[in-house]
Amino acid sequence: MHLGESTRECEYSQISTRSSTPMETPYKKKTPKKRKWETFPGRNRFYCDGRIMMAKQTGVFYLTLVLILVTCGLFFTFDCWFLAEQLTPIIPVIGAVLFLFVIGTLLRTSFSDPGVLPRATPDEAADLERQIDVANGSTGYRPPPRTKEVVINGQTVKLKYCFTCKIFRPPRASHCSLCDNCVERFDHHCPWVGNCVGKRNYRFFYMFILSLSFLTVFIFAFVITHIILNSQRIGFLSALKDSPASVLEVVVCFFSVWSIVGLSGFHTYLISSNQTTNEDIKGSWSSKRSKDNYNPYSYGNIFTNCCAALCGPLPPSLIDRRGFIQSDAPQLAPPTNGLPMYGSTQSQQSHKQVNTVDCHLQAKAAHCDCPHNSGVLLQGVAHHTGRGPEPRTEAESHVRARFGAAAARQIHLKARGGGISSSPWSPLQIILMLGLN
Amino acid sequence: MTSWMESQVETHSLQDFQRPAVSSKVFIQRDYSSGTICKFQTKFPSELESRLDKQQFEETIQTLNNLYAEAEKLGGSSYLEGCLACLTAYTVFLCMETHYEKVLKKIARYIRDQNEKIYAPRGLLLTDPIERGLRVVEITIFEDRNIGSAR
Repeated sequence: MHLGESTRECEYSQISTRSSTPMETPYKKKTPKKRKWETFPGRNRFYCDGRIMMAKQTGVFYLTLVLILVTCGLFFTFDCWFLAEQLTPIIPVIGAVLFLFVIGTLLRTSFSDPGVLPRATPDEAADLERQIDVANGSTGYRPPPRTKEVVINGQTVKLKYCFTCKIFRPPRASHCSLCDNCVERFDHHCPWVGNCVGKRNYRFFYMFILSLSFLTVFIFAFVITHIILNSQRIGFLSALKDSPASVLEVVVCFFSVWSIVGLSGFHTYLISSNQTTNEDIKGSWSSKRSKDNYNPYSYGNIFTNCCAALCGPLPPSLIDRRGFIQSDAPQLAPPTNGLPMYGSTQSQQSHKQVNTVDCHLQAKAAHCDCPHNSGVLLQGVAHHTGRGPEPRTEAESHVRARFGAAAARQIHLKARGGGISSSPWSPLQIILMLGLN
Repeated sequence: MTSWMESQVETHSLQDFQRPAVSSKVFIQRDYSSGTICKFQTKFPSELESRLDKQQFEETIQTLNNLYAEAEKLGGSSYLEGCLACLTAYTVFLCMETHYEKVLKKIARYIRDQNEKIYAPRGLLLTDPIERGLRVVEITIFEDRNIGSAR
């Protein structure tokens, strides 16, 4: 599996980072530094050199944007003049503020990292696999589903092992099949905003739908007012002919109001009870399951739950999109003196990858728990439709298509290489310093 | 010219005889018993028994847990920050760091300190959990050539 080439790549980088003299560099191949977003293993799109992060399918997001911009544009162009004259100029001002808030929160929801969990480094994955094998004992034809139980606040919660990300998912995290990432506090994947809604952007999503409900109701109410006031002067049909845009606005707003206001109400309920859409759909904390079932994450009262969701500290992004890829992370040495090694050498890595691909395929058939295309309304239980080749191969073929086959191997290694030490003391410097002293 | 050649030879010999080999890595997993807050298990791994005191290890992990709890604390100051940010449409973070980011810097300094004082002299290295997506505390164990046997 191209072991020789990948091993050579590792050694090359180790030597180059140890030397600080420019004299050594004639032997070093000058490769341009890549940012981490360029080798991100998930199915996301990045813009502005990694500052903006969205899902792969963004068509519906553009539709949302166009609908909002066109409706508001028509409102400001055709209705606001009349309303400002006849009623008060404050109306367009409030409209403008609402409009800016809606656009701001929409862009913030769509462009930010929802709380993606970075995939495990090869060493971590190997360590976990080893622990699981030890725990399981015998391996049958079909490996048993990998779960860990933990008691949180008196409730037993099952932590599932993600075969794609090779980690045990934290509680409330879920793997989004569309983006191929594990997302913390996963709510749902929203095609209307073109991104997942998770821990880091839930508050922006909520403020978006709340302000959009106000905006929709606002526009609906004042366009109706405009038509009524106008028809009192010149008759109903002439009023309609006078501003045909108003008719379009009324139609759009009428159909939006039901869904947007309904969604806002639903999410208000979710926030006040500190649940995610995912948990609510599955009825994880419903008292119908058992008498003792309750939500262990709730703070007990509505006010604290709301404050925590909307005004709590904003966690940082864990994926460091704009950092540079460096390959000076300490690699595990090849076995010496016949001693057993804990971590994975290159051959073990590839072997385990082949195994986990099989496990992933089997496990996918056995369990799948991410709301797929829940969109605006609740679509019921999550399901995987037949989506063709399994994501890990797809992600790699995506890399291959973008960067070419040779680059794909290099990038594959670096992507699997994972965590990079960005602290000022590289491990080798510390040891050398102490050794020299 | 000669000094350059000497430095070449020096570096070459350093690489040959003093290159520290990574013997193994230990991963301290997250402890979810208190919910989704960032907390690491304080169970002392057996691979470190020969290198480190149980007490020192527990102290390091406990301090890290306390620092992360401070970062994620819900209280008056975090609510104020949240409201201020909302009112300024989050543009305030263009000139100011979030409370969480400030604490992460504190954590990075603490880990650097611990590495210099306690872990590096024992041939160990703590990796900042933020570089592993807050999933694990990775402790790299280097081969101890002075003692003679690799661990």
